[in-house]
Amino acid sequence: MADLGRAALVTSFLLLLYALVGGSLAAWKGRRRLAESAQNALLGSFAATVVATAVLVGALARHDFSFQYVADHTSRELPLGYTLTAFWGGQEGSLLLWLLVLSGYSVAAVLTARRVGREVLAWVVPTLGLVGTFFALLLVFVASPFATQAAVADGAGLNPSLQNPYMAIHPPMLYLGYVGLTVPFAFAMGALLARRTDERWIVATRRWTLAAWAFLGIGQLLGAHWAYVEIGWGGFYAWDPVENAALMPWLAATAFLHSVMIQEKRGMLKVWNVLLVVLAFGLSLFGTFLTRSGIIQSIHSFTQSSIGPWFLGFICLITAGSLTLVFARLPLLRAKTRLESLVSREATFLYNNLLLVALALTILWGVVYPILSEVVTGQTATVSKPYYNFFLHTFGLPLLLLMGIGPLVAWRRASLRALGRTFLWPLAAALIAGIALLAAGAGSSRIGVIAYTFSVFVLAAIALEFVRGTVARKALGGLGWAAAFSSLIARNRRRYGGYVVHASVVLLAIGVTGASAYETVRESRLKPGQSMTVAGDRLVFRGFRSRLESNHRAIRGLVDVYRGDKYLGRYTPGKNQYFAEDQVSNEVSIRHDWLTGGDLFLIADQVNSNGSIDLKALQKPLVNLLWLAGFVFVGGALIALWPDAREERRLAERYAGATVRV
Amino acid sequence: MTAALVVGTLLAVVCVVLVALPFLREPRPGDDTLARPDAQEQRRLALAEERDRALAALKELEFDHRTGKVSDDDYRQLVGPLRRRAAEALRALDLQASTVEEQVTTRG
Repeated sequence: MADLGRAALVTSFLLLLYALVGGSLAAWKGRRRLAESAQNALLGSFAATVVATAVLVGALARHDFSFQYVADHTSRELPLGYTLTAFWGGQEGSLLLWLLVLSGYSVAAVLTARRVGREVLAWVVPTLGLVGTFFALLLVFVASPFATQAAVADGAGLNPSLQNPYMAIHPPMLYLGYVGLTVPFAFAMGALLARRTDERWIVATRRWTLAAWAFLGIGQLLGAHWAYVEIGWGGFYAWDPVENAALMPWLAATAFLHSVMIQEKRGMLKVWNVLLVVLAFGLSLFGTFLTRSGIIQSIHSFTQSSIGPWFLGFICLITAGSLTLVFARLPLLRAKTRLESLVSREATFLYNNLLLVALALTILWGVVYPILSEVVTGQTATVSKPYYNFFLHTFGLPLLLLMGIGPLVAWRRASLRALGRTFLWPLAAALIAGIALLAAGAGSSRIGVIAYTFSVFVLAAIALEFVRGTVARKALGGLGWAAAFSSLIARNRRRYGGYVVHASVVLLAIGVTGASAYETVRESRLKPGQSMTVAGDRLVFRGFRSRLESNHRAIRGLVDVYRGDKYLGRYTPGKNQYFAEDQVSNEVSIRHDWLTGGDLFLIADQVNSNGSIDLKALQKPLVNLLWLAGFVFVGGALIALWPDAREERRLAERYAGATVRV
Repeated sequence: MTAALVVGTLLAVVCVVLVALPFLREPRPGDDTLARPDAQEQRRLALAEERDRALAALKELEFDHRTGKVSDDDYRQLVGPLRRRAAEALRALDLQASTVEEQVTTRG
């Protein structure tokens, strides 16, 4: 079967190469049939990649250890679910997932791009072909998942930290996000190559960009929750380069989603938007490079890595190529209108863009600096939490504030009187919240008070937007309150979906602030019967319990939790000893307080042979708002993504002459 | 091994047919050039985008005025130019449509 997998990958590679070369020739010479043929090659490459994927999944399910990949990442005792998720547990499988998602996206985006214009689509196909060719080339010549060996009795197993239900969903979500950013990139480049700088490429990719951005956001939140419940250090985000790898393109895509609205509404920022698309895609490639090249641990592992230099070369090619193209098309991208006032909705979008890009670039510098430092000086440098926190506060807090200011300011310009009227209630709410927080003793963290005050301001501004909008719609249409509210959202899904997403970011900010600025941490070595106290809760250690599972031994400390005299329950932090992998994992125990949104987080730092436990306890106020933010985020993204029949009719009329049959 | 061979062969045949399909369907096409919008179509597209932008801006302004984000003075100053812009775009689109119609009639 490995031969079939290899043959399918070679077929996919040849088809993508054909889409690149044949598609370029067709677009350049204006050959219709060749363009259609190149488009069909994308479809064929998807089918071939599906076959390759099926071969690898089949080998994993059968425990076929003649596949080197299967032997390296699974074992006979590994439960079937985790055996299948090992598909993306290693480098070769991850690259295959990239190619599968990319070829799927390519087919779907090309087949649904009815309004982009045939001349633009003709260039989109080779651009998608170029990216696909690169990944197929890696899979065929550099890192094949179908390398074979003499079958061994058992495999090496899967890293214990990957043996978690989140691993079934977190990586695919991230990949749907990373790879999805290829679509707006390909359409932007297609439009530039075809010398068409109208809005068709934006209209064609609007939903794809939003979907990719949403997947990337959800993937990161799932990753944060996985880190929280599985890694066992008590946090959810450690500014790890792999985490940053997903955050950077998400920030760039967020900036693009905002600034593209200025292009749609005012015809401005065409160059900036194309640059943001290039930046977002470049950062998604860089993110994959970071996670897959081995460069993160050490520059030496990078030189040993087989795919690192290929990735670096491709990133340079894409960056240089797209920037050259943007430069060559500058005369076509000049805006005819200018910013009318620095106090307007478009101006707040511009400030938001500058802050988002600045945050993305400072994170990028934090990731790249240790690598450059090692290359130049030969010494390892580390960029740690204080660096990132400084820039998160510097750029993040103004960003939070802007989320409240933006919706209150009108497009084009706003007078002081109008501003005074719209800002009154949110400002009053923020002021009251700030004073109440200080009175309640939250002043121990200056950043915390600022973040919470800004959060109240934003939430009040969003609520006011919904209220004022509903009142206006009710007055306009003579509707009831519920009908006016739903009509308000239905008539501008992107705006109100966006506000819901803003609300989710505020919840996230509140959760992060609570869990970091107001966290209480206590550590103690306890013998059975001894106790410790954390933020008013008394923890009594009762001893250990041990259980044998299919592929590991689970050891759990038994900790009874009391608040005053009230017994709150038994919690069981401990460790798992994995046999095949010869590794030990931390298994935390968490008490969720749904009423306050806080968590009591217990870690068995050390299980001692004399029967004692080194127990670490963390009280994390409001941390559960972070996970609630995920649900609100999904809701907002769905509202924004939902098809709008009125908008569809308008676009159908606008692009009637340019619509193509695909 | 046989199953793999069959699936592999089938995949290769399907892919070759798929890629060759446009040429098999039209071995000798009357016109093999890729359709590109002419100058008139591009102009229409630009005008339609401009019209939609102006109309959307007008709608937005009306709504912002109703919700109190735009003062009466600002509204009066902004609404005139926006209406003119929308009217100009609509006029230009009508003019362009009638020019195209005339050309079609002349040719016909």
